[in-house]
Amino acid sequence: MLPLKEKDRPLAHKLLAAGCCARCVLRFCCVGTPSSYCQSYEDTSRELLAFVSDMGPKAQNDSSAEEQAEGPPSKKVKLGSCQSEGQANGEEPDSGVCVACLGVLQGFCSHDFSKKVSEAVKSEDYEFDNMVLFVSLPAQLSVREHACWLYVKKEVREKSLCLNKDDVIQVKEAFKWTLQGMLSQELAVPVVPKSQFEVGVGFVHPETDVDCHFLAGTCSDCFKPTKNKESVFTRMAVVKALEKISDDRFCREYPCPPQRVKTACASLDTTCLHVSVFVAGRYNKFSRSLPQTPWVIDGERRMESSVEELITQPLLAAFKADGFNFSSSGREDVDVRTLGNGRPFAVELLNPHRAKFNKMEVHLLQEEINQSSDKIRVRDVQIVTREAVAHMKEGEEEKTKSYSALIWTQKSIVQNDIEFISDIKELKVAQKTPLRVLHRRPLAVRQRLIHTMSTRYLDPHHFYLHLRTQAGTYIKEFVHGDFGRTKPNLGELMKTEVDILELDVESVDVDWPPAIPE
Amino acid sequence: METPERRDAPSVTDRYYTRWYKTDVKGKPREDHCILQHSNRICVITLAESHPILQKGRAVKSINYQISAGCSRLNNKVSGKSKRGGQFLTELAPLCRITCTDGVEYTIYSCIRGRLLEVNEDILAQPSILLEKPSTEGYIAVILPKFDESKRVTEGLLSRAEYEDVISKRATQQEPC
Repeated sequence: MLPLKEKDRPLAHKLLAAGCCARCVLRFCCVGTPSSYCQSYEDTSRELLAFVSDMGPKAQNDSSAEEQAEGPPSKKVKLGSCQSEGQANGEEPDSGVCVACLGVLQGFCSHDFSKKVSEAVKSEDYEFDNMVLFVSLPAQLSVREHACWLYVKKEVREKSLCLNKDDVIQVKEAFKWTLQGMLSQELAVPVVPKSQFEVGVGFVHPETDVDCHFLAGTCSDCFKPTKNKESVFTRMAVVKALEKISDDRFCREYPCPPQRVKTACASLDTTCLHVSVFVAGRYNKFSRSLPQTPWVIDGERRMESSVEELITQPLLAAFKADGFNFSSSGREDVDVRTLGNGRPFAVELLNPHRAKFNKMEVHLLQEEINQSSDKIRVRDVQIVTREAVAHMKEGEEEKTKSYSALIWTQKSIVQNDIEFISDIKELKVAQKTPLRVLHRRPLAVRQRLIHTMSTRYLDPHHFYLHLRTQAGTYIKEFVHGDFGRTKPNLGELMKTEVDILELDVESVDVDWPPAIPE
Repeated sequence: METPERRDAPSVTDRYYTRWYKTDVKGKPREDHCILQHSNRICVITLAESHPILQKGRAVKSINYQISAGCSRLNNKVSGKSKRGGQFLTELAPLCRITCTDGVEYTIYSCIRGRLLEVNEDILAQPSILLEKPSTEGYIAVILPKFDESKRVTEGLLSRAEYEDVISKRATQQEPC
């Protein structure tokens, strides 16, 4: 039984005559119970017709004499592909497509469509406990809705009833009410308002895309031409323009009720998207010939593999993700090792088809990465939130790092010659952008602090230098001076030409991600 | 006296830069320039070891980056990653004029096409650096060639081997003092 009242009858009659489908009539009668929309379309329209035909004496006075003369009212407002007033004028046969929802609430609220969607979801092989349904409707539906509402507004005012546009049930809401229940059954998961897994269905109706165009004339500042979007008539822009336009102006520019159409909406392919999962950890790099990211020039790979690939490959496979974004708290050169606790990193796995992993499974993944190569090692691997990743970038700019470097000196040295270096504290250095990165960084002078240093003598031309520095300090340039563009530099301090033969990162002083005891 | 240890490993310049040369620039005998080209295409302009300024007994009186009434290389300012605003140089654009204590003036040229990123201001304050370390701290300027031209920028220049060839030919042709 449809929860319709006496007062709804003239409204229903008017809308049906204008070409609205049964469910749209329910919407304009403010029927807010989801179950009313879940009946089959045939049952819904049958009940509605019965309701409308049962015209009381009050309603009869309102019908025009013309309409009554043309036969029983039920014939007038038959739904489906049959004759209408239009045919009498020699127009095309009525397609039966609703003028308000363009078929969205007719053919697509069926088990057939629901099955089509759930088959598509199943074929993509995702793992999920619940889902959210996203529906995308063509922008012109707002225009047609507005036209229908203005059409019945007059009717409603004459009867001194009140019909706020907000009370009318939205097409999207009614559609979701019908489809969600069916999808939920077929996929055996609840459909909820917020979920990590989204299923998207969309509709297009090219035949009526032009319906929106008149709004550009009435409200030009709502429609700014953008380079990347195909059409300037986005749903948001159209809604905004409809809020601004006066009722009179609208009625002059657009037919109320909207014109009938030949075809129903076409559905777009079902899309599936799982929100990204973030995996963080710390990595050590033991090789002096391993870049952090793949090294490719002109399509040719210059060096085999990379830290990024070694870490992400097993993760991509396990999470069945479409892609990834790798980031870390700073990075080191190809020829620099990362020792100690390692450098924090985070991998965003895009659209993972599998997202639930317990601690044991994550630990196994860590082992898999460690077994795959002796060039790197990872630890503290764990799933983290998107927000937590910010800790890592904090580290890049604010935290200190410590290094050890093998130094060559041109002049011959003894142990005594390098003692003074350990006494230098909080040394301020001014570094112009090193020439080796100047092609991709702006030219600037960076002030950095070298907090502490210590040395270990090796032989007359070599010693080890340990340093703890501010984040963002270029160590190699501090040693060799970079054509004198880093001042002071080690060569200046020692009054001899020096060079750096080897560099290791000893620690990256960021206490994230949290350590996981082995 | 202790002889400096010969390096057993390549220097920073050896590792990352290719040495190119332009000899007798603008027809002036022996005014040889050395262009250090980094693998990232940035070039550092320096005096070649055979340049007259670097020969025994010379000293520098002054260095001037004002190359014309309206143009000083010291006014060069670049901003942003694409180094907007840098003065664009052609091969024979003058970078600076160096006057020696004996009054002879030499002009140093760009030798390559590209955007001027910076000139060395340290040699203004301490001209001795130019003589002591012409290939490192005593560099003249840093230039960034256009991306599309980066491979062809050294077409008019000599390799190290070709340069050494020129030098040895000069020695044999040298007139007796």
